Amino acid sequence: MMIKISISSNVIGEPILAESIIETRTALNISQAHFDSTYGEIIAEVETDDFKAIRKALESKGAEVTVLDHPIVRDEEECVECGACISVCPGHVFSFDEEWGIVQDIEKCIQCGTCIKMCPHRALSLEK
Amino acid sequence: MVEKSIEEINRRIKEDNVNVVTAEEMAGIVGELGAKEAAKEVDVVTTGTFGAMCSSGVWLNFGHSEPPMKMNKVFLNGVEAYSGVAAVDAFIGAGQLSETEGFDYGGAHVIEDLIRGKSIDLHATSYGTDCYPRKTLDTTLNIYDLNQAIMINPRNGYQKYNVATNGINRTIYTYMGSLLPNYGNVTYSGAGVLSPLSNDPDYQTIGVGTPIFLGGAKGHIIGEGTQHSPETNFGTLMLRGDLKDMSADYIRAANFHEYGTSLYVGMGIPIPILNEQLAQSTAVTDKDVVTNVLDYGVPSRDRPVIRKVNYEELRSGSIEINGKDTPTSSMSSFKKSREIAEELKKWVAAGDFFVNTPSQRLPAKATCKPMRQTTRNPLVQDIMAKDVVVIDENATFHEAAKMIMENTFSHLPVVSEDGKLVGIVTAWDISKAVAETGCNYVKDIMTKKVLTSNATDPIDIAARNLDMKEVSAMPVIDKDRYVIGIITSNDISKLFARRR
Ligand code: SF4
Ligand code: SF4
Repeated sequence: MMIKISISSNVIGEPILAESIIETRTALNISQAHFDSTYGEIIAEVETDDFKAIRKALESKGAEVTVLDHPIVRDEEECVECGACISVCPGHVFSFDEEWGIVQDIEKCIQCGTCIKMCPHRALSLEK
Repeated sequence: MVEKSIEEINRRIKEDNVNVVTAEEMAGIVGELGAKEAAKEVDVVTTGTFGAMCSSGVWLNFGHSEPPMKMNKVFLNGVEAYSGVAAVDAFIGAGQLSETEGFDYGGAHVIEDLIRGKSIDLHATSYGTDCYPRKTLDTTLNIYDLNQAIMINPRNGYQKYNVATNGINRTIYTYMGSLLPNYGNVTYSGAGVLSPLSNDPDYQTIGVGTPIFLGGAKGHIIGEGTQHSPETNFGTLMLRGDLKDMSADYIRAANFHEYGTSLYVGMGIPIPILNEQLAQSTAVTDKDVVTNVLDYGVPSRDRPVIRKVNYEELRSGSIEINGKDTPTSSMSSFKKSREIAEELKKWVAAGDFFVNTPSQRLPAKATCKPMRQTTRNPLVQDIMAKDVVVIDENATFHEAAKMIMENTFSHLPVVSEDGKLVGIVTAWDISKAVAETGCNYVKDIMTKKVLTSNATDPIDIAARNLDMKEVSAMPVIDKDRYVIGIITSNDISKLFARRR
């Protein structure tokens, strides 16, 4: 499953992530990370079985953990299968099938919203 | 030599024994049999394309109201239609934006809503004449209420199109979609192997009067399109079709983020195979259609060419840009283009659709000129303040405050010991510094990432940069980063006010 770890400024200097990983012996597959002096955000994949433990560890150290369980939705009526969304998606969610139709692997979606602005047909949304 | 006549092909269509294939299939057939045999075998090759065609619109005739009116301004669902023609005719263009909804709704959406049979609010105003006394009108109507709804695309069927990428460090939003920073992606448009004009690049069969598939209905080519430039392989077509017969499967409104609205138009042309040469040209593949990748990060008519590329490379999913594998996105739909070529093939095979000889050939020699501009673009150097006061980074902020007080500027470019630009301070930075403790020097409070401009930049580019970054002034620097002036949004607004 995909999770988002948000680290606010008061704890940003501390090695929260490394400590939590070592403590719980959990593998985090980080797909996106953004840090500056005020805020940190990490998108990562974690085994469902390990999720509870890593969330507990991270939260006890002051991080916020959100489950990304509302991936992108494509309205097949609106979609014309152009493929505009393919190149902008950091998660490589969209691709062409053999017949030049669009297929998506929504497991990989990190809910960044980039594709929504790209789609010329307003076919994509992150509705809950 | 294989020679076939249009009459012969039409006879076969009528007698149900025509051999019609799509341009994609034709490439394989010619590869296998050679052009000569393929020309004997195949009678018609169908093409198709489905992509954004901003240059689209519909002529509407509303019928006369009682009392009658010479419509002077016309709005359809809040989108203005051009009505500077006869009393109740108007042209709704795909790219016109709604007065109230802006980027969310435009002429393209009105066109799609009409096709879908939806009701449209018509608002019209006029000055009133003896023959047309009425001054305002509001009514609601749908496509069936109109006398005519004729789609005219002044420019469609682009032979191929430039490919877009972006070399600057922010995402830009264009009619080619979102272009990620630092050559982060590539977008392209066009059907390559299925592209109508790439299959008959010499305009042997495509000409005035050629029957086509347009938006799911039968339409016609009425001439070359605007910006027709066959000499550079950028030929275009002007098309006509009856909107009343069209389907929303093949005509779709589109919104390009921060750009505007456009219309996706499905179009296909049948090419009668009259001779070997046509068999050969319809055997074109994605690999044969070559175009340029341009840097849309450069806001100029002459965008730099990054590289050449063919449609096979583009459709592979990524191409190399500056040594990096860069993902590609198609803005047009190949799947739909294929559907159109297949649909047209069915029409011909079913004996519903015939080919003809153009009543006039399209110009094969023409290029597209840039605009003649009779007033010089104002440049930054024309309006920048040249007597700019700068401050040393090691000065105290008290000195900076004094300088701002003594002069009328609210921005002070900060320079290093050797006089080069290193930052900027504003009156606001200084008041903040007063409130905080611990910062004594200009270098502690200045903004280090300064937006700058060059003396020879066009004003419009400087204005857009100021707008985008929401700052009100930019130092103007030379190539060694010495400050030679400052330009403010205030100066620019004054200039624009004069230009109006
Ligand atoms: S960009 Fe939009 S219309 Fe195009 S394939 Fe993606 S979802 Fe479909
Ligand atoms: S929101 Fe869109 S662009 Fe972002 S990861 Fe999900 S599918 Fe990709």
